[in-house]
Amino acid sequence: MRYAFFPGCVSRGGCPELYPAAVLICKRLGIDIWEMQGASCTGAGVLQEKNQLLGDTLNARTFAMAEYWDLPIMTICSTCQGVMSQANFRLRDPEYRAQVNTYLAEEGLEYKGNADPKHLLWILIEDYGLDKLEELITRPLHGVRLAPFYGCYLVRPTDALQFADNPDRQDSLEKLIEILGATVVDFSGKTRCCGFPILTINERNSLAMVGKHTSEAKDLGADAMITPCPLCHLNLDSFQPKAAAQAGRDIGLPILHMPQAIGLAMGFPASELGLRRHIVNTRPLLTQLTPVGAAH
Amino acid sequence: MKVTIRVRRQDPEVEDTAPFWQDYSLEIEDNATVLDALIKIREDMDGTLSLRCSCRSSICGSCAMRINGHAGLACKTQAAAALQEGDVIEVEPAGNMPVIKDLVVNFDLFWDKVMEVEPYLQPQGPEPEGEYVVSNESMLHLSGVTACIMCGACVSDCTVMEVDPSFLGPAALAKAYRFTADPRDGDDEGVSKDRLEQLNAPSGIWDCTRCLECVQACPKGVAPMERIMAMRDQAITAGFHNTNGARHTEAFSESVEQSGTLDELKLVPKSLGMTNIQGLLNYAPVALQALTHGKMPPLMHKKIEGIEHVRRIFEQVDETER
Repeated sequence: MRYAFFPGCVSRGGCPELYPAAVLICKRLGIDIWEMQGASCTGAGVLQEKNQLLGDTLNARTFAMAEYWDLPIMTICSTCQGVMSQANFRLRDPEYRAQVNTYLAEEGLEYKGNADPKHLLWILIEDYGLDKLEELITRPLHGVRLAPFYGCYLVRPTDALQFADNPDRQDSLEKLIEILGATVVDFSGKTRCCGFPILTINERNSLAMVGKHTSEAKDLGADAMITPCPLCHLNLDSFQPKAAAQAGRDIGLPILHMPQAIGLAMGFPASELGLRRHIVNTRPLLTQLTPVGAAH
Repeated sequence: MKVTIRVRRQDPEVEDTAPFWQDYSLEIEDNATVLDALIKIREDMDGTLSLRCSCRSSICGSCAMRINGHAGLACKTQAAAALQEGDVIEVEPAGNMPVIKDLVVNFDLFWDKVMEVEPYLQPQGPEPEGEYVVSNESMLHLSGVTACIMCGACVSDCTVMEVDPSFLGPAALAKAYRFTADPRDGDDEGVSKDRLEQLNAPSGIWDCTRCLECVQACPKGVAPMERIMAMRDQAITAGFHNTNGARHTEAFSESVEQSGTLDELKLVPKSLGMTNIQGLLNYAPVALQALTHGKMPPLMHKKIEGIEHVRRIFEQVDETER
């Protein structure tokens, strides 16, 4: 299996622990990834505020590169994935695509409309197979209670994300948690907003969202939260202490990037997965794990 | 078809006001809507169940409620498509509005916010001799927003209103766009500067977190969030640059144009304003924490391969848009 790898800005920026963890598990999975060195940021929905045509053109450029390589695109960020899916949905219109292609021609690129970017989470379920993933699990996360947190752009809008054709996407994270051997802590906040986009605009509201979701999961008995979105991770982890102070309570809920949780279940040590870089202490969670190689 | 409708009920007028779940098992037609099922319950099984409904054809906007946790019109939702495990459909009152009884919520705050955006045309230029002449195109564009039936589904699921009831919210802001995008509103050029100035204030356009809940919930395709994004651009174009939101959007765009990717290290101070000492100090502890945990973005921000093409696309698209 080979993919054009689109890591996104945050996996090497504000969450530098994500990129190596994702690369590490892809290697173990036997997924061959070719990084898209020349691809730009998706615009994250911010660029689209200013100019949707511009955002769509930049994404079409990335799609055209992957088409040229004849490889499907892999993302590791809910926001990148959602913004790409939304752009691709609009680019289905041949007239619009032709307009966008006029800007790509000078670089010798043309987007023919065949890209189907997928988040690693979807790839594991739809292309790789959870049964095959299960074979690589050497340290099932038995006894660990994980609360899923998707990130808005991986669950909405459902038409652009093609949920009707891919019904497994609806509860993909819960399916993954179960395969890893952990217990799902279902909670109403799992598809809500982490508040990250308004962090510098209305910090109070942003932190209120962090506090609400992490508290709810914690109070339902979660040992940790798992997210396929590094932007959610930034807010839920880095700003959790501040959110707890604002809410006037203790929270202390470790937030795992999806590839880190998979890596732990594959037996990789926490240090290789970058867990020490988290703001919320992950050690209490790690003590819950059975040692690698122990009978299970 | 046999279904169980699980209704979140509440009657604030009785002593024990806590909401509770009540199950109704009933036989409905295969093509019945969730509203058909609720009406059947009210007519044949339990006359105390309260709900609002009228047209049964997604025109009146009365029956917005949460179905399986997400807002929508009961009359537009096929029961067969909403079945969950055990053939159960969960029905709750719309969110972010106080419950009057069962599925009936109080819309007072909803209407207050709509009134707050002054939902009527306010032309500022001299009156034309005859009628206002506007292009077909602009009116067709507006029909996407005037399709709103004021059902409150977007408000129900708004993630910001959930933590901050002062936020104007998706319905009122979509209504505001109906006027900011109307060529008759505002000055001679159709720029609604006064309106945009108000919308630019706290609790307005910049407080939206872009979570897409309203886009997903709207039964009429109004896409309130996209209208809010369009108003952000209108506000910046009209000269309102002095908000963290506007600075954030502009700094983001500049970073992608310069390097192809996001320079997170520069984005935060640029959003807060480089001279905003208090704002910058507020972030100092978090920045320090990131530094000590090895979470700081790289100091040297690298440019992507072929950055010249990204810059050219920025220039060319910008020219076209003008």
